[in-house]
Amino acid sequence: MDNCILKIENLSKQYRLGIVGTGTISHDLNRWWCKIRGKEDPYLKIGDVNDRTSKGDSNYVWALKDINFKVEKGEVLGIIGKNGAGKSTLLKILSKVTGPSIGSIKANGRIASLLEVGTGFHPEMTGRENIYLNGAILGMTKKEISVKINEIIIFSGCEKFIDTPVKRYSSGMKVRLAFAVAAHLEPDILVIDEVLAVGDAEFQKKAIGKMQDISKEGGRTVLFVSHNMTAIKNLCTKAIVLDKGTITYSGTADSAVDFYLNAQREKSNELLLNRTDRGGSGEIRFTQIELLNDKGNSVNEIISGAYAKFRLHLVFNAPIPSRDLIFGLVIYDTNETKIADFYSDEMGVVFNNIDSYVDLELPQLMLRGGSYSVVIVVQTLNLTVKQLDLVHNVLNFTVFPGDFWNAGKVNRATNVVIVNGVFLIE
Amino acid sequence: MNTEKKWLDEISANQKLIQFNFKEVWRYKDLLFLFVKRDVITVYKQTVLGPLWYLIQPLFTSVIFTLIFNDIAGIDTGSIPPFLFNLAGITTWNYFKECLTATSDTFKKNENIFGKVYFPRIIMPLSVIVSNLLKFGIQLLVLLVFYVYYVFSGYDIQPSFTLVFFPVLVFCMGMLGLGLGMIISSMVTKYRDLTFLVSFGVQLLMYMSAVMYPLSLIKEKLAEYAWIVEYNPMAHVIEMARYMLLNQGTITFLQVIFTFMCSVLALLLGVVIFNKTEKTFIDTI
Repeated sequence: MDNCILKIENLSKQYRLGIVGTGTISHDLNRWWCKIRGKEDPYLKIGDVNDRTSKGDSNYVWALKDINFKVEKGEVLGIIGKNGAGKSTLLKILSKVTGPSIGSIKANGRIASLLEVGTGFHPEMTGRENIYLNGAILGMTKKEISVKINEIIIFSGCEKFIDTPVKRYSSGMKVRLAFAVAAHLEPDILVIDEVLAVGDAEFQKKAIGKMQDISKEGGRTVLFVSHNMTAIKNLCTKAIVLDKGTITYSGTADSAVDFYLNAQREKSNELLLNRTDRGGSGEIRFTQIELLNDKGNSVNEIISGAYAKFRLHLVFNAPIPSRDLIFGLVIYDTNETKIADFYSDEMGVVFNNIDSYVDLELPQLMLRGGSYSVVIVVQTLNLTVKQLDLVHNVLNFTVFPGDFWNAGKVNRATNVVIVNGVFLIE
Repeated sequence: MNTEKKWLDEISANQKLIQFNFKEVWRYKDLLFLFVKRDVITVYKQTVLGPLWYLIQPLFTSVIFTLIFNDIAGIDTGSIPPFLFNLAGITTWNYFKECLTATSDTFKKNENIFGKVYFPRIIMPLSVIVSNLLKFGIQLLVLLVFYVYYVFSGYDIQPSFTLVFFPVLVFCMGMLGLGLGMIISSMVTKYRDLTFLVSFGVQLLMYMSAVMYPLSLIKEKLAEYAWIVEYNPMAHVIEMARYMLLNQGTITFLQVIFTFMCSVLALLLGVVIFNKTEKTFIDTI
């Protein structure tokens, strides 16, 4: 049996860079002339892949190129990628906001998209009227909304103000009301952007819970775009990784997240000095980073609770007084969540004369077993703070579980920070 | 997979020239009426006079037209009181004008909604046509009040039997306004300066649409340029409306056919261009 509910074939989308509106008439005419003669669109041939860091030769870029994938009924598909990888473009095409340049999407059912909550809310209308309007915009009929209206109102928690114009609502209430409508949509295929990134923590929890319900109970097909790797792992069954407009990986959610993070990590194997994806003005550049163990050997693996030292090698490209420098080092876990950070200024450290490296010494590495990555930064404080260099994913290291409490037990490898403490009874 | 499966929905880069999915529009009819409701209840919120503005505008314009065109310029309106003559013309013209100007910025005005959610885009201009119909209805009532007043003051006015076709005429006008509005709104997404042209062009068009003078007058006094007015379908619409309401002027069969064809053509062209634009306008606007 064929359970495929959504099939995407050769999907590509081209964008024109620069000013739109002037000088396009000649292009339009040219395009039109080629069409009449039955030739191909002359502007579809040229074009670079979507790489925003380097400026291409052509005015046309492919935001998406040859995307092919299938989604089965009941699947929750995650879409992962860096900013600018083409995720939003894909979502826009899926939700029919804009059309593809080449290729097609075939669906066996109604697609509803949530690129934003509360689209079309009118401030002068009451909450109830807005529920109807917003629901209808999202594709519900009046009858469907009438059946669910009480449920929606209760979910939003705005019962008391439901007949008050929305302009008197707090922004939080507006978001809750809008999400309540969205959560009660019942399309065959639901496309969700990072709408979960709005609202307070409590609301996000509610939203994620609702998402899980939707995908579990209803057997609904969901396409979910997020930067939040934990959310992808929790919610999705499968995932695809987009990079520069093409699919670089497709598989289970866990493996896709691993692939994506590994791809990010591979960057750290490049020579630090040669990396171009860095911030700061460049008066100082980091050239190398090392993790040293208690014997002074450069390592990639270290035991939890052991002595560790990060050595940051650097060069000065301009004379900057050492005493103004602030160094920072941030440790992230595999889900790109910040785990710990160090800043030299708050430690009261003043560097008198930096030669070629700076050390950060950790008498005890208070990290549980797992994988971690490091971001380093250097700033100068001369009246104002100015960033000199900043590099992400500069080092990846693995921590092996240790026996921190000296109890003869191996600690759990949960990839978080260890905080010292002891259980007691009075 | 042995046979090619039948897909319910398809989004494709290739598009047919005329692609009007009536079934889909029908499914969104509730949205159409909710938009109408929104327009009606929110337009005059927090204004002092509220819906009274619906009445003030045509009445004052009629008064001024009567003063300038009839009292000063001396345009003859026959047995019809000039004020009623002008009010009938303005009321009819207003519906067309509102339809045209309000639909002509469909894409620009709704950029935010269109950029986030899909629904048949034509719902938006359609809702404008319908909500203006309500406004038009109210203005017709005002016309009726003055009509009755003049009849009781002893003027010899009576509607023609063709008045039964008035709804058809309104429908024609709606098509014309919608069609032109959709064409303009599609072009505005690329060439912004059209918006300036619309506000100014509509003003000019009114003078070419026999709103404040009978069609026969221009043939008599400005025979050389009368063709400009004669090729303007709106001039015929207004003339016909006045014939139906006040039984003055003439209607020829040719006139009716010409007007109807123009409206249908405008609508068809509008739908084609609108459909072409709706798929990609979000990239260019």
